[in-house]
Formats: sequence, structure tokens, C-alpha cells
Amino acid sequence: MLRLREISSMELTRAHLDRIEQVEGSVRAFVTVTEDEAMREAEHVDQLRREGAKLGPLAGIPIAIKDVLCTKGIVTTCSSRMLEHFKPPFDATVIKKLRAAHAIMLGKTNMDEFAMGSSTENSAFFPTRNPWDLERVPGGSSGGSAAAVAAGEAMASLGSDTGGSVRQPGALTNTVALKPTYGRVSRFGLIAFASSLDQIGPFTRNAQDAALMMQTISGHDPLDSTAMNEPVPDYAAALTGDIKGMRIGVPKEYFVEGIEPGVRASVDAAIKQFEALGAEIGECSLPHTKYGIAAYYIIAPAECSANLARYDGVRYGFSARDTSGDIIAAMSETREQGFGAEVKRRIMLGTYALSSGYYDAYYLKAEKVRTLIKQDFDAAFGRFDALICPTTPGVAFKLGAKTADPYTMYLNDVFTIPANLAGICGVSFPGEFSEGLPVGVQLLGPAFGEPTLLRLVDAFQRVTDYHTRMPEVATKRKSAARKRR
Amino acid sequence: MSIDRETVDHVALLARLALTEKERERLREQMSSLLEHINLIAEADTSQVPATAHVLPLSNVMAEDKVVPSMPTADLLANAPAREETYFRVQAVLDEE
Repeated sequence: MLRLREISSMELTRAHLDRIEQVEGSVRAFVTVTEDEAMREAEHVDQLRREGAKLGPLAGIPIAIKDVLCTKGIVTTCSSRMLEHFKPPFDATVIKKLRAAHAIMLGKTNMDEFAMGSSTENSAFFPTRNPWDLERVPGGSSGGSAAAVAAGEAMASLGSDTGGSVRQPGALTNTVALKPTYGRVSRFGLIAFASSLDQIGPFTRNAQDAALMMQTISGHDPLDSTAMNEPVPDYAAALTGDIKGMRIGVPKEYFVEGIEPGVRASVDAAIKQFEALGAEIGECSLPHTKYGIAAYYIIAPAECSANLARYDGVRYGFSARDTSGDIIAAMSETREQGFGAEVKRRIMLGTYALSSGYYDAYYLKAEKVRTLIKQDFDAAFGRFDALICPTTPGVAFKLGAKTADPYTMYLNDVFTIPANLAGICGVSFPGEFSEGLPVGVQLLGPAFGEPTLLRLVDAFQRVTDYHTRMPEVATKRKSAARKRR
Repeated sequence: MSIDRETVDHVALLARLALTEKERERLREQMSSLLEHINLIAEADTSQVPATAHVLPLSNVMAEDKVVPSMPTADLLANAPAREETYFRVQAVLDEE
């Protein structure tokens, strides 16, 4: 439509800013809305289009960015008091790439503080609500980015996935949420949580849009030595609709007790659908799955305790200096006041796991278990192109339902964590609903298997309409708003 | 696995967190409980496998030895809680005497 000039980028951006204004009172997906910048960029894109410039598919498309990604001169908070006023002096590589593609940034989205959490309730500012049921969480940690796309506040968004932080909120909000292979997307400018697990990924409403986002953000980056120098395939070209003969494995360890019946039914229905489309379904085993959470909750906190050591109140961020003459006391006070409960809990756990006398029993052991989990996947991908399973054990839960016991919250990531440990790619996409709430179906693929995953999701979406459903909050007030204007 | 109070105090010092009394007590309980779950990994047989620190088939990524412009000092100092001339200002690390 943009290319045909049926609508201008300014109109499209304005429409999304209006939607933001309408729903933000209840959804609260954004920490910062960059209205003026967005309209300026949209005007620029329209100008370029009038001049006949050759523009890419994302040109003029309004996008939301998780507040964990550095945006030059625009406050980047990580939803933490520690970075409440932090204005990065540079853009993250993915932001540079989106800018170069002339995508329009609408603002920065809310998240669990420093990406630690599964409900966005750990934001130091406010919780984000699920557009499908405002009493429920949108998942996390990229809850704001998921909710923004689900509520029609943005056409796509970026999140980050360390143990499921893109896929889990994707599942809870009826969006397509992709965690790319570790090393596929540059992490430069992504505020670090657990560096061997973190990966940036897109939220979209369908596989086609996910392909466009991946095309733009993927690739080698000299600023991130872990961004692999691996050719970027044509993702859109992978969406052929033909999945005949593709082999999909069903890992039996992912279909255990504790899965809600509605989620189970949705995943079973998706498996049948893929079979009907010509895929070959077979059972497989990932025997070390049960150790995933334990290994993750050693490795991720350990890496986080090292990464977050940089917040010392000296170079940037919150500072409680001059409370005493003692530099260690000042540093400790800075961190005490700047970090929230979950962040402190993980720093403590990670520091403990790395401390003298415990390193072998915890960190080293967890890294060995990580090898076992990776070997499980290597064996499975020798037989299958992709694996199918639930993204989460249940649908979106109510705010406050899982905040009392940290482990209950951690269990939400049981099906998403193994992919991060193994560095493989995974995608959550909308399946059959359960009692009016979205259910995410997850496909896992081998390293750099994103085209396969997107082809499968696209084929599924050609014959289903779950992904086209929008929550009431995004449809109901549209007419009222038009009248208002 | 139960964590005692001395361990919490020691780890808090290592982590540079000036935790309150209440936080220390809560963390003692929560860390003990979390470690019970985490101790599950002890039963995994890892005798035959090396550790995986990261999943990439990469080591020693080299960059071309090329001079590129640095970011402006003023930009990098803009977020500093305290500065002096072109430096970050820190509290005294060493005693004066």
C-alpha cells in the first residue's frame, strides 16, 4: 500500500500513534513514545518516495523497540531505575539497520528489568497488560514489544530472547515471535544480560513480516565478534507454501504433565495441520530436557552477575555516590538502590555460583549439561528438519499470580530455555485459542534453520486464521477514535 | 541445600550490594530454595563431555588493524554522574596518607 501510495508513511505512522494514544491507558506497552521523531522520519520517507527513491519493504513501517536496545540520544532504560535517564551515545547495530531500511521507530517498549522475568511485572516503572485480557500478563521479558504488536500499536517490534523472552510473550499475545540462531543477529548495543544466550528477535503478526524483519537485522557485524560471518539467505523466498516431505519431530519430553489441556490440544491440532499439509511427523527424544532450567538458572545468573558489574555509578547510570567517603560503600549503595528485587536475586545467585568453592559444582557442571542438551538437539536434527512443541505450559496468567515464588515464574520458560542453551533458533506462532486466550506453538530448528521455520509457519498461516485475530482493545475503539478526530 | 546467613553476607559483599536486613533474610530463603531445584543437575552424567561456554564454532575472531575515529569524548562523558575536565570523577580509592 505504501509503495502504491495508497497511504503515506505519515498517515500510517499517525494511525499507529493514535492507536497508542487510545490503548496505552490500559495496555502500557511503551516506556517512551518518540512521536516527534517518528513523524519526522515518516515525512522523510514520504519525501524519498515522492522523489522516486528505491526503498526496501520496511520503509515507512512503524516499529516498536524493546528498551534494552541502545538508541542514540533517546533514553534507554532497560525498565530499570539504574538506567532511567541513560541516553546512549550510539545506536545498536539492529537500530542502525532498521534506520537504514527507513523503518519508523515509534518508541521504546516496557520489559522486565534488564530482561529478567517472564511477565513484565519486574519493570521498575509499571507492569504491561495483555491486550487479550487486561487482568493478565503479556509474558516477558519482552512483554511491551509483544503487547504493542498484539494491540495494533506497531506493525512489528524487536525484543531479546535469553531464555524465551521473545517466544514466551509471543505465545501469550498471539504474535509470531522468532528467536534467531545465536550469532545470526548482532548484539552490539543490546544491553547485556547473559552474553552466551542473548539474541535479538522480531515480533510480527505473520511469517512474511518476520522474514522481512530478519532480512533487515541479520548478518555479520565487526562490532560483535559473535555475529557470525554467515551469508544471510533470502527469507521471503523460503516462504513457498510447500512443506511436503518436511520432517517434523515431536520431542516426547516436551509433552509432560503440567501442560494445560487447552495448550496441549492446540499443539496437537497444529501437528495434525502440518501432517495434512504433507509434512512427515515422527517422535523423538531430547533426554536431557529436564536439566534445562537448572543449567539455565546457573549460567544466566552467572553471566548476568559479571555483565551487571559495570553498573558502578561512575561512568553512567544511577549513582548514590557521596553518601559516604568509602568507594565500596558508595558502589554497593548505588547498586542496592538502582536494581530491583529480581535483578538482585540473580546477581546474588550468579555470584554465589561463581564464587570460590562452588564453581565446579555449579557453573562448570552447568556448562557440561549444556553440552548434553546441545548433543540431544544435534541428534534430533539429524533426523528432523524442525521440532514442534508448546511454547509455554499454559496461557497468559493473571498479574501477581506467579510473583510470590521465583521458581514458579521460572518454570514458564521450561520449553524455551533449551534452545538458548543450544544456540539454535525457535519461533512461537499463534495456534488454536484456549478459552479465548492465545496459545503459542513452538517450532525449533537447527542453527541457521530460520528459513525452514518461517516456511513452516507461513504454510500453517495460509490455511489458518488464528494469527489474523486481534484483541477487542485493538478493534473496539477504532470507530470512536475516528469520530474523535 | 540451605544457605546460611554468613554466605549471604559474603556473596552480597562480592556482588557489591548493600542489601537491607530484610532482603538478606529473604534471599537466604529464596536462594536455598532455588538451589534445591538447581541441584538436580548434580545427577546428570557429565563424565564424558566437555563444557560448552558458548555454542559458536568460532575462536579468536580477528579484526583488521585499522584506525577508525573514536566517539567524541563529550558524548561519552555526557551520562557521567560526575566528571572533571575530560575525566570521570571517582571517589578516592586510596587513602591520602
